[in-house]
Amino acid sequence: MSDHAPVTDWVHDFDHTDPRWTENPYPIWDELRAASPVVHTERFLGCYMPTTFNAVKQIAYDTEHFSSRRVVVRDIRPDTIPAPPITSDPPEHKPAKQLLLPYFTPDAIRKLEPRVRAICNELIDGFIGDGGCDAAARYSRHIPVRAIAHMLGIPEADGDRFIQWIHEILELGIKEQSILMKAVHEMMAYFGGHIERRKKEPKDDLITTLMNARDHNGQPLPDLHVQGTLRLLLIAGIDTTWSAIGSSLWHLARTPADRERLLAEPALLPTAVEEFLRAFAPVTMAREVMKETEIGGCPIKPGNMVLLSFPTANRDPSVFPDADKVVIDRKQNPHAAFGLGIHRCIGSNLARMEMTVAIEEWLKRIPDFRLDPAGTVTWSEGTVRGPRQLPVLFGKA
Amino acid sequence: MPGKLRVRVDQEKCQGHARCKSLAPELFELDELGNAHEAGDGTVPAGLEDKAWLAQSNCPEIAIVVIEE
Repeated sequence: MSDHAPVTDWVHDFDHTDPRWTENPYPIWDELRAASPVVHTERFLGCYMPTTFNAVKQIAYDTEHFSSRRVVVRDIRPDTIPAPPITSDPPEHKPAKQLLLPYFTPDAIRKLEPRVRAICNELIDGFIGDGGCDAAARYSRHIPVRAIAHMLGIPEADGDRFIQWIHEILELGIKEQSILMKAVHEMMAYFGGHIERRKKEPKDDLITTLMNARDHNGQPLPDLHVQGTLRLLLIAGIDTTWSAIGSSLWHLARTPADRERLLAEPALLPTAVEEFLRAFAPVTMAREVMKETEIGGCPIKPGNMVLLSFPTANRDPSVFPDADKVVIDRKQNPHAAFGLGIHRCIGSNLARMEMTVAIEEWLKRIPDFRLDPAGTVTWSEGTVRGPRQLPVLFGKA
Repeated sequence: MPGKLRVRVDQEKCQGHARCKSLAPELFELDELGNAHEAGDGTVPAGLEDKAWLAQSNCPEIAIVVIEE
């Protein structure tokens, strides 16, 4: 595996896989933003990064100069692996997304809420007697895995496999193409099997729905489209929300005042969830520059990638006063955690529901908890940021 | 006495974040794809003015227009 040289000059040589970025990216982002609305690195075969809310927004809206065909910044540029609609540009993007949207509206997602609540309580039952737990490994990661498996119609028990694939595609695969391709092929074989079984025996699930969908010409979607979309829904639906739930619990473990306030004012939780989404937005996307242009006065050249950091946009103090503080009753919070423009995360309503239910059920049963001073919190690297190890102790200190 | 308010969702800008629906469910509706539009003709009933401004200031796409009449 190729190791990256440590960064000595963040502004001209940034690297989002550097251990210091993984540990605490916020001061680095502030430094980059103070230097320029767009910075560049020669790493990753050339990559820009917008650092302000406006520059992020401008790039997200500009599908003419910036393509979504590659949505992860990697050391290499492997052949594109379509996963519509996230990797689609106009005009293909809209029909591919519209097909999925009805299954992700707030009303559609509300029907899953009882199952998610039950999942949370089953998980808590498993560790509440232990006096503490790794809240990432035992709680936050299992909630989205089981919820999306339930939605797609695949066994919840396959969750460990999904998590391994995601780790390979979004973390290890940044630096090692063979690991990326192995995971993609395994997922294709996995979903290929599910598709074949449903050809014989349709089910009432999202896989069958996609197989029965028709494009705007009345034709069924090619198996590769269905496969790509299923891979997307599985990958995008899991470690993102796992990270968001984990970061929220990490904050609450360290901030008794916010915990107490949410216990006293449960109606504040949706507002607090938006603030957790702003402050700890897990997802950084990417674009590929297709045509020369200019953003924030900086020339942008084709052949480069763009690290499209919605989390950085959410920390821009010109849009969010006290951007570096977690203010759980923040009134004006037009954050970009779910992206901006046509690629707004299709799972945003699902993610919000899972976060709200996960925090609600945790606080009901474990109102007091704190970081375990004997343990270490570790964070994921690269594209999605969240705690992967979150040791906490239950009860008052 | 402040004038009456009306809200309108710019359909070109709305991407279905649904923040308006969650903050001001009386003033906005979602279609079958989850995109928002104003309820009825967008007139804001007395007492819901704050919710109209709240929805506007939380829309990440700046898709909500509040008109003071």
